[in-house]
Order: sequence, then C-alpha cells, then structure tokens
Amino acid sequence: MSKELSKTRTGVSGLDEITGGGLPQGRPTLICGGPGSGKTLFGMEFLVRGARDFGENGVFMSFEERDTDLVQNFASLGFEIDGLIAAEKLAIDYVHIERSEILETGEFDLEGLFVRLGFAIDSVGAKRVVLDTIEALFSGIPNEGILRAELRRLFRWLKEKGVTTVITGEQGSGSLTRHGIEEYVSDCVILLDHRMIEQVATRRLRIVKYRGTSHGTNEYPFLIDEDGFSVLPITSLGLTHKADNERVPTGISRLDTMLGGKGYFRGSSILVTGTAGTGKSSLAAHLAKSTCERGERCLYLAFEESESQIIRNMKSIGIDLQPYVEKELLLFHNVRPTVFGLEMHLVIMSKLVEKFSPSVVVIDPISNLISIGNQGEVKSILTRFVDSMKLKGITAFFTCLISGSKDVDETEVGVSSLMDTWISVQTIETNGERNRVLYVIKSRGMAHSNQVREFILSSKGVQLTDVYVGPAGVLTGSARIAQESRDRQAEREYRERIDGKKREFETRKLAAEAQIAQIRSAAGTGKGTGKFYRRGRRKKAVAERTADRSGSPEAC
Amino acid sequence: MSVPVDNQFEKAPGEKDKTDLDCPYELRLYVAGQTPRSMEAFQNLKKICEEHLKGRYTIEVIDLLENPRLAKGDQILAIPTLVRKLPEPVRKIIGTLADTERVLVGLDLRPRR
Repeated sequence: MSKELSKTRTGVSGLDEITGGGLPQGRPTLICGGPGSGKTLFGMEFLVRGARDFGENGVFMSFEERDTDLVQNFASLGFEIDGLIAAEKLAIDYVHIERSEILETGEFDLEGLFVRLGFAIDSVGAKRVVLDTIEALFSGIPNEGILRAELRRLFRWLKEKGVTTVITGEQGSGSLTRHGIEEYVSDCVILLDHRMIEQVATRRLRIVKYRGTSHGTNEYPFLIDEDGFSVLPITSLGLTHKADNERVPTGISRLDTMLGGKGYFRGSSILVTGTAGTGKSSLAAHLAKSTCERGERCLYLAFEESESQIIRNMKSIGIDLQPYVEKELLLFHNVRPTVFGLEMHLVIMSKLVEKFSPSVVVIDPISNLISIGNQGEVKSILTRFVDSMKLKGITAFFTCLISGSKDVDETEVGVSSLMDTWISVQTIETNGERNRVLYVIKSRGMAHSNQVREFILSSKGVQLTDVYVGPAGVLTGSARIAQESRDRQAEREYRERIDGKKREFETRKLAAEAQIAQIRSAAGTGKGTGKFYRRGRRKKAVAERTADRSGSPEAC
Repeated sequence: MSVPVDNQFEKAPGEKDKTDLDCPYELRLYVAGQTPRSMEAFQNLKKICEEHLKGRYTIEVIDLLENPRLAKGDQILAIPTLVRKLPEPVRKIIGTLADTERVLVGLDLRPRR
C-alpha cells in the first residue's frame, strides 16, 4: 500500500474513477487528440477545479490562444477565470513566438521559458501546470535539436518542482502527437477522440498508458457541456446489485392487483411494449404521477414528444403533471435521438440521473434509439443503463413501440430479456373498432395475473376492466358492452322469469294457505256442520235438535 | 536546419536606406544569469556595434533571473535573445551572436545575400 502512486484529483467527473484517483502527482501527463477534441478545455478545467475545489493553484501556459481569449472562451463555460486570476489562484501566461521575427545566430537554450514558467509557478504557489500546446514551439524555434533537448530538460525540471503537469499535444498521423513529444512524457497518456459515426459526433476518451497503476482500459464516452468536461464510465459492472423487496405502485390500482397486489419492485426494470397508440405513454404518465404524489422524483426522458405536448396530452386522460414539474419533482428531458450518438445519450441520461437523483426513470420510447444505432449497439447501451439504474436502486420504466406485423413477444431492440416486468398492450380489432387490451407477459419474483384486461383510456385515466369471456368468445369494446348488456338483459329476463315464477308460487301458496286457513277456521264448526250435513243427509228431521248444541262451548 | 530569413527583408526595400541613416539603435540583450553563453553574446554584440553602429546605439542587458517579469513583455523564450526595439520593426536574434554576418543581416545592417 505504501508503494501506491499518489495521485492528483482532476475533479473532472468520472475521470478520477477510471484513473483510480486522478493524474500522477508531481508528474507530467500528456493529453493528446485531434483539433477540437477538448484538450485545452481539459487543461483549463484541471486548473480551475484544482484552484476552486482542491486548494491547488495553477499555471496555464498557453502557446496558442491569447490569455484574454482564454478568459472569454471559458467564461461561457461558467469558469470564472478572471476571478481566480484576481485572487491569485491562477496565472495565465501567453507565450507567443513568431518564427519570422527570429533569427538564429549561434547556441542558445530555452532558459527564458523556464524563467517565465518558474516565475508564474512561484507567483501563485502553483501545484498544477498546463502547457497548451507545447508543440507550437516546433514551428517557432528554429533548431529542433536544441528544442528537443530543452523539452526533455523541461519535463525533468517540472518533475523536480513537484508540480502535476498536463501537456497537450495535437494528434499526428500514425503517432500520438505530431512531433512525438509522447517520448518525453512517459507516466500517463490520455487520448481524446472526436469522431463521427453516421454523421453523429461522439467524443471518447482512452487512457493509453498510466505507469505504475491499474486503470480502466476501455474507450469512455465523454461530454462537454455547460458544466465542462464529464466522463461517464458506464460499463456493465456485473450483476451485483441488491434486489429490493419494496414495491412501487403503478399508479393504476387494478394494475397493482395484477402485479401481486402491490405494483413493481423498486429498482426493477419495466418494459411496456405495444403497437402505435396503445397507451404506453399513459402507463408511464401514471407511474410518473404516482411517484411524484409520494414526493419522490421522477425523470422523464422523452424521445418523441415535447414536454408541453406530453403534459397537454396527459391532461386529456385526467393526469395533470404540471404541478409536479413546478415542484421540481418531475423533470422532463426531451430530445430527438438523432441529436447525439448513442453513447452520448447514455452519458447525458446518466448525468441527468446523477444530478436529479430520481427514484423512477421513464424512457419513452426506447425503440426510437434504433434510428441511430443497430440492434446490438442499442442493446449494449440499454444493458448498461439498466445495470447502472439497478445499482442505484432506481426503478426504470421503458416503453417500446413494436410494429403490428411483428410477433408481440419480440422487441426490435431485443431487450425484453433484460427486463424484470414486461407488460404488453395491444389492440384487438373487431366489429369495426380497435380496443386496447393489456396483459403481463412476465414479472419476475411476484405472483402476477395471467389474465387479459381491457385497457380503457378515460378522462379519469387508465382503467382496466375484465374482458368478456363467454360462450361468444373473448369480447372487448362495444362488442363487450353489447354482449354485457345482452347478458344483463338475459339475466334480467331470467330473473324476471324467476321472480314471476316465484310470485306465481307465492300467490298459489297464499291461495293455498288461505284455503287451508279457511278450511281450518271452518274446521271448528266444521264438525257440527259435517255432522249437520251427515246428519242432514241422514236425518233432516233431527236438525233442530243439533242446532241447540252448536251454540254450546263444546264446539270450540 | 535552414532558416527562411528572406521573406522579411524582401518586403521592405526602402528600409535599408533608412537604416543607413543616423537613426539610433535601441538594443536589448536578454540573459539569464552570468553564464558563459551570455557573456559571449554580450562580447559579440559589443564588438559588432562598435564596428558598425558606433555612437548611435544603446544596449540594455536584462537579466531574467533578476527580473523574470520582463520575459513576458518581449516574449522571450530563448536565452540569449537580442531584441532590436528601434528602429522598428522589432527584430529578435537568438543565440550567442557568433555569426557576425547573420547578426548584421538580422539588424538590417546588411542586405540579404
């Protein structure tokens, strides 16, 4: 451990991760790349962050741009260089040599450069030095032999001074730098690349060598934006993320029920596939709304619609997202896929996630990314994104458009196997109308419904209802409604018939009872009467005699 | 390595005549400490001036170790550097000034061969 190389943090987000802590301390690092690859910016950011964040002052020796131009250029990036210069935390020295003004008449050395640099370092107590681009000397100094010897001496001198130095160099054909200065800088070499892939610019960074330490060896995409430089080492870091048991409601209670009664797993990835107009975005909006309702943040990355368009459209189904945008719980990032390369999208998305730290991220739709890359590339990007979301415990919700002709169990970007929960929305065309149905194709780790639900977009949001499954087959939409009303009608008729029968029985029963009662009531006198009749039949002559006894209590 | 010094002189044919006049020469010699090379340059310069510019030159020797600040103004990198401040335009001659002919060409005291 004691042999561990000490490193100087650059403060450039991501770079310190892949270099395992920064640039080699007290040694020179070569940053090379083509024109416009961000070398000067890197150098300046190294100094500005050093002075601002790490208390290490810096010297910027520019051989190309004038100091006033530098200050102006970087002011637009939010680096307040003049403030740092005024506070004596940063010194800029512009070295300009005009070959036509110079005539060589004998031996010389570059002591003047050493004096200037030494003076600048001492004036601010610098720990960091940037030489941008020292190769300009090759066109200004007439004697290359002396220049090379002096450069070697310069780098040795800088090492002795213990300053961490960044040297930039223009990339040459077949070599890292045009004049081969990489041979003097052997500790750390970083290559910046700015290339066009299918008319889309992509910036990449690679650590060519870093003596005495392990480092990331891949090409990492990087970004230059208003915050300066950022490298995002997003690789598939392996499947080490912890699975969360916590659930995230879907925003649709009936859908929660379908997913084991509670919704998605937190930190899981959810894919919704469907043909055009099946309501994928509506499901996304429900999730966004319910997330924000709980006071959590949701990042909505939209590749097709603008923010206001989404808000307007979702209002029509009763989901008002505007208040959450105002409360800064919901952040939209709307951009066409073709604006950047795939890597850049990943970098930007990851950066947004880092900044906003949402608990739910929606990407709507991922199928659009196919327009800027082939299936393999898109899959690789999404795998890395899914993995990084899982590591952070962020629930990721993706929608994907599939063409109607394709098998529903296949996405164009081939990511379905990455997903934990896969919901399919489809339209069924019957009787001159299209109706939406929804079902859960898979949902890892939870009991989920195997049933198809009809998916209705109403002014109160998405509603799921049971589809009609009966002797007439599976019915949806108006056919279902018609069938249901037919069923209701039939049932009503059936009930009425039953009721009618019941009533009939009731009346008959009542009639019977009444008769019985009548008979019963008549039974008291009934004996006498019977007797009377019988007697009457037998002997009409004794009728008067029994009439006397009928008034007696014995009859009751 | 050959030095293309021609172009700068071609453009000013009238300049040569001007320098033949008695205009004063203001020269600065930048050195860094009293190194043998600096001493040599100063001796060479003194000799050339005495021979060709007698009575109409001033030499200011600037030691950058004492005044590092001054290196920036004249954009000094190489040591020693002779700067001809006057007459204009500014010319810079680097090295020990051992090649008298070249120094004279550089100071516009000799037409280009």
